[in-house]
Amino acid sequence: MAQTHRLARGGRIDRGQPIAMRFNGTTIEAFVGDTAASALLANGIHFLARSFKYHRPRGIFSHGSEEPSALLTVDRGGGRIDPNTRASAIEAVNGLSLRSQNHWPALGFDLAAVSDWLAPLLVAGFYYKTFMWPGSFWTKVYEPVLRAAAGLGRAAPGPDPDGYQHAHAHCDVLVVGAGPAGLAAAWAASESGKGVMLVDEQAEMGGSLLHDTTSTIDGRSAWVWCEETLARLGSRANVTLLPRTTAFGYYNHNHVGLLQRVTDHLANPPPNAPRERLWQVRAGEVVLATGAHERPLVFAGNDRPGIMLAESLRVFANRYGVVPGRRVAIVTCGASAYTVAADLLAAGVQVTIVDMRPQSACAIEAALVRGAGCEVLAEHTVLFARGRRRVRGLMVAAAGASGRIGVRRVLSCDCVGLSGGWTPAVHLFSQSRGKLGFNAHIDAFVPSASGAAPRSAGAACGTYQLSLCLAQGWRAGAAAAGRTNERLFTASATREGFQPVRILPPASHPGRAFVDLQNDVTARDIQLAVREGFRSIEHVKRYTTTGMATDQGKTSNMNAIGLAAETLGARMADVGVTTFRPPYTPVTFAALAGPSRGSLFEPVRTPPTHAWAAARGATFEDVGQWKRALCFPRASEDMHAAVARECRAVRASAGILDASTLGKLEVVGRDAALFLDRIYTNWLSGLEPGRCRYALMLKEDGYIFDDGVVARLAPDRFHVTTTTGGAQRVLQHMEDYLQTEWPGLEVYVTSITEQYAVIAVQGPKSRAALALLVEDIDLGGEAFPHMAVRTGSICGVPCRLLRVSFTGELGYEINVPSDYGQGVWEALLETGQALPITPYGTEAMHVLRAEKGFMIVGQETDGTVAPDDLGLAGLIGKGKSDFVGLRSLARPDLVAPGRKQLVGLVSQDGRTMLEEGAQLVAETSQPLPMRSAGHVTSSYWSASVGCPIALALVQSGRSRIGQRLHATTPTGFQEVEVRDRVFFDPTGARVHA
Amino acid sequence: MLLITCPHCGPRPEIEFRCGGEAHIARPADPANVGDAAWAHYLFYRVNPKGVHAERWLHAHGCRRWFNALRDTATDRMVATYAMGASRPDRGKLPGGR
Repeated sequence: MAQTHRLARGGRIDRGQPIAMRFNGTTIEAFVGDTAASALLANGIHFLARSFKYHRPRGIFSHGSEEPSALLTVDRGGGRIDPNTRASAIEAVNGLSLRSQNHWPALGFDLAAVSDWLAPLLVAGFYYKTFMWPGSFWTKVYEPVLRAAAGLGRAAPGPDPDGYQHAHAHCDVLVVGAGPAGLAAAWAASESGKGVMLVDEQAEMGGSLLHDTTSTIDGRSAWVWCEETLARLGSRANVTLLPRTTAFGYYNHNHVGLLQRVTDHLANPPPNAPRERLWQVRAGEVVLATGAHERPLVFAGNDRPGIMLAESLRVFANRYGVVPGRRVAIVTCGASAYTVAADLLAAGVQVTIVDMRPQSACAIEAALVRGAGCEVLAEHTVLFARGRRRVRGLMVAAAGASGRIGVRRVLSCDCVGLSGGWTPAVHLFSQSRGKLGFNAHIDAFVPSASGAAPRSAGAACGTYQLSLCLAQGWRAGAAAAGRTNERLFTASATREGFQPVRILPPASHPGRAFVDLQNDVTARDIQLAVREGFRSIEHVKRYTTTGMATDQGKTSNMNAIGLAAETLGARMADVGVTTFRPPYTPVTFAALAGPSRGSLFEPVRTPPTHAWAAARGATFEDVGQWKRALCFPRASEDMHAAVARECRAVRASAGILDASTLGKLEVVGRDAALFLDRIYTNWLSGLEPGRCRYALMLKEDGYIFDDGVVARLAPDRFHVTTTTGGAQRVLQHMEDYLQTEWPGLEVYVTSITEQYAVIAVQGPKSRAALALLVEDIDLGGEAFPHMAVRTGSICGVPCRLLRVSFTGELGYEINVPSDYGQGVWEALLETGQALPITPYGTEAMHVLRAEKGFMIVGQETDGTVAPDDLGLAGLIGKGKSDFVGLRSLARPDLVAPGRKQLVGLVSQDGRTMLEEGAQLVAETSQPLPMRSAGHVTSSYWSASVGCPIALALVQSGRSRIGQRLHATTPTGFQEVEVRDRVFFDPTGARVHA
Repeated sequence: MLLITCPHCGPRPEIEFRCGGEAHIARPADPANVGDAAWAHYLFYRVNPKGVHAERWLHAHGCRRWFNALRDTATDRMVATYAMGASRPDRGKLPGGR
């Protein structure tokens, strides 16, 4: 298409760089410097969207980030697809493909537009009142259909091919918004040499100055002043300028989130550049110069394509050299629209002004434009807009103070500008927890004085006069930099002031007047909500959905609040505003995720034999951040067969397991033994050097927190193991008590988890396996009994050798420096080949320990399990007067009868595997809901027992041994017999072999 | 994200820290002689003020040391931080204290 609506000259576009884009397959001509919105308008296209609920034709409503209607899907090629992007925020790039959305089959012919005819049924909250019966239809029919019909664009089907970066910055002064107030603030703040960051969401800095072709500042044109100021700021080393960067969230203590769009405006971005960069800035002081949004006016059909904000007409004409219409009607209740009219008239556009205000209130500005051939209809209202896919005219009539509507008249036009006054953009100020106050003089909520809050300047705090914006910006910038400094600017006068109108008279007009264009909320919806009893503006918002979705009501909120206030008969100040929440404009999930995707999503920890295991086809399981070998299937083995073989190998000969993930702490110091006595349930001060003890750790509430082996290496040195998952929290737990309760103790706790590889060698031939490699430790049963620790060397590597068993077999745990882990592992396998010695994984480890009734913290315990519940009361040191958790063991609930106790279960049919977590009941004939008698905590198929076995926590379980219970299964119940928790070698003879 | 001044390391972002709940709750010296109700109070009962609250914080991803902080729960203002063992600063002497 041709640029039928491009002015011959003017604007800030680069006419030397023509480009072409596609919209729904049609070629759009544009220039570098355009936005998608200005380019489409230059090509005469207004109608480019279907609305959310009614599928009404919608056009471009604004020029900026407040855009509610013109949402497009942008396709940059190669799977780079962004739905729901505001046409006004898309920079024109050669080759860009734009598509309309939310219609079927096509934008021009949308069958779902039938909902527009059904509108009387689809009022606010209709889904709360209809679709009630039958109940099952809601999830199966109504909701899927409604969700499919209402909506926005579709997300890209594939993963995002672009890269996204995170950046962190500190600065003395952060200035948000680079309009006149922000530029003056950054200038003033940078004078002192302080570090200043100036950010602005637009491609070019300058804000309102960029579309001001008539004002002057200190004798220069606005454009020249802007250029000079930016050049001055750019030349200063202490100033960082970030255009295309939105400050989207203001968090605690001046922590501000910025989204910088790095490559979207480039036709050929550098291959390694991130698409977007998420900044987290911690600012000493913040100046908010975020400007103001123009308010639309509410009348029937005010949503038709071709109707937009009046100031946006000026922006398109002055900044982009585009006139959205040839015959423009401007509907206003304020003075700023006359500046729009003057600029459009200068561009050769025919303009008519419909002013709600009486002749006396608009006489001065009217006189100025009348001279240029502009008709001004004062004290007039708009009854409705004509046209469906494009506005064709307005039905206007005189409307005096008496409320009487005069003779109707059709005002023919192809474009309408709305000017309902101005709303300061207080979003960030409000997010910073700054308090807002209602200023009736300018009909707006503005930042009120508050010591800790950021400074606001310019239109963001309701100052619209250019010279005052500059002076206020300067003062705020200087103050943020710690100085008191004033500077006066001389500037052209700005036309300001308006008489707010919530809905154009007569309010009783039958047509639909839209308040929120993005969510299709009408004035009647707001009134209905109030009539139905919603008083709080927050409730009105939720019921009607006004102010929700991607634009967060930037254009609609004040009209919605005003209408609610009018209907309630309340003051605006008392109705208040809804909470402003981040983000100010949509932020891509990819930017929030940044580099934390795929393998960088979370750190992966691998034990020393990981590569060895992976090369041999081991299957792995995630244990926290660790990758642990689950089993080592041989050719043609499934997991079940592999685990059974590994279990048999351990019981019959010897097996080795990489147990390096066990948490390991070294506890040293004069008072180490005393400290461990206070932390663990056991007596550890009585432990001789060279001996180990299985020890239990409780929280102060008496419940089991962790377990492990404490090995005493020397009177003042202990090697302590923790569970794999508990390593970090046990260290923190110990540090907490050392630092806060017993700071007088001389104890040092150091994590040595990463420093030591641990190889568990288990099975009747484990001693023989070690004997081939251990050089200077007497492995004899008497010299090195069960629960002893020795230091020496294996394969010439220094080691700490613990004789401990988590399998019930004779067993050892070899601790060697991590780098030697794989070497020792391979040496054990090679020299032990003839025994044989078999690598086993965590699943076999679980089966073997369950056969012995050994509990695992987090599997048998859940934070409400005390030692006696697991039959571990014997681990509580006799005669101890205090340790963490001891007092709580005497709490009434912990000594009450009927607590759940750990027992074993076997299925009566000898083959059904119970599900972990399955509930147990005494009788299946009882009425629902049944009384639970307990639950299954672990369940495995046991090669040694020859059938499935399970561990369970059962009420008074130890007294129920021999009785029958019923466990829930996916299909019903399975009868089980309660057994002792130790299924294998109940006397424990094998560990002492 | 809060900006928290570790008494040992200086100002650091909140993600480096872990909050440990109400401060200045001393573990009874002789738990065996504390009655059930008093022990339950020690274990489970915590204040939840609107205003200045003394809290324990751990600089988990820093010096790994516990310290105490006064935080205004209504505004999230960090009124003061002080080393473990130091007594709670006098409200009247704090900047903007109340």
